[in-house]
Amino acid sequence: MGANQMIEILVASLIMIGTIMTLFASLGILRLPDVYNRAHASTKSATLGILCILLGAFLYFLFTHGVSSIRLLLGIVFVFLTAPVAGHLIIRSAFRSKVPLADISVQNDLQDYLDSQEAEEEQADEEQPVTEQAPNNDSATHEADIRQHEAEAAK
Amino acid sequence: MFDTIMLLAMFLLTISIVIALFRVIKGPSIHDRVLALDSIGYLIIGIVAVLSIMLDSHAYLETILLIGILAFLSTIALSRYMERGVVIGRKSDD
Repeated sequence: MGANQMIEILVASLIMIGTIMTLFASLGILRLPDVYNRAHASTKSATLGILCILLGAFLYFLFTHGVSSIRLLLGIVFVFLTAPVAGHLIIRSAFRSKVPLADISVQNDLQDYLDSQEAEEEQADEEQPVTEQAPNNDSATHEADIRQHEAEAAK
Repeated sequence: MFDTIMLLAMFLLTISIVIALFRVIKGPSIHDRVLALDSIGYLIIGIVAVLSIMLDSHAYLETILLIGILAFLSTIALSRYMERGVVIGRKSDD
C-alpha cells in the first residue's frame, strides 16, 4: 500500500464524514418541529460537515499537487467564523418577530426575562416623569424669535 | 474507487440541497426559508470542493471564498431587514 493510497483513503474518509454530517443536517432541517430546532441542526452540523469536506480538499491538494492553498484555508476560517454568527442573527430576528415555538416546548426563559425587563422599564417611566424637553424648548424659542423678527419687519 | 466515493459524496450533497429546497418552498415562516437558503449556500461550498477534487484542479477554490462571503452577507442583510425593517439604519442602539 503506497503513500498515495493512504492519502486517498484519508481524504475519502474525511469527505464522507463531512457529507454524511451535512446530509443529517438537511434531514434535521426537514424534520425538526420549529425554526429554533432547525437552526440547531443547520448551524452546528452543517458547519462541521463543511469544515470536514474543506479539510479533505486541502489535504488532497497538499499531498498530490504540493500546493498548500491559502484560499482554502481562508475559506475554512471564514466558514468557521461566520456560520454561527449568521445562525444567531436569523434566530434573533425570528424571536424578535415573535415566531411561535413548537407545541412541545416546555420552557421559554428569554421571553420571561424580556417581560420582566419591560415591566421594570414601565415602572421607571412612571416614577420619573419625562424631563427632557430641551429640543422642543429650543425650537419653541426659535419660532418665537422668528415671529418677533417678522413683527419688527412688519413695523 | 476514489472517484466513485467522490461521485457518491456529490450525490449525497445534491440530495441535501433538494431537502433544503423543500424547506425553502414549504417553510411556515420566512425565517425558515432564510435558514434553509443559508444552509444551501454552505452545501454549494462543499459541492465546489468535491468538484475541484474530481476535476483535479485547484482553479475553483476562489469560488469557495466568494460563495461563503455572499451567503453570509445575504443572510445578515435579510435577518436585519426582517427584524427592524431597514438594512442599514442610523441609530446603533436599537
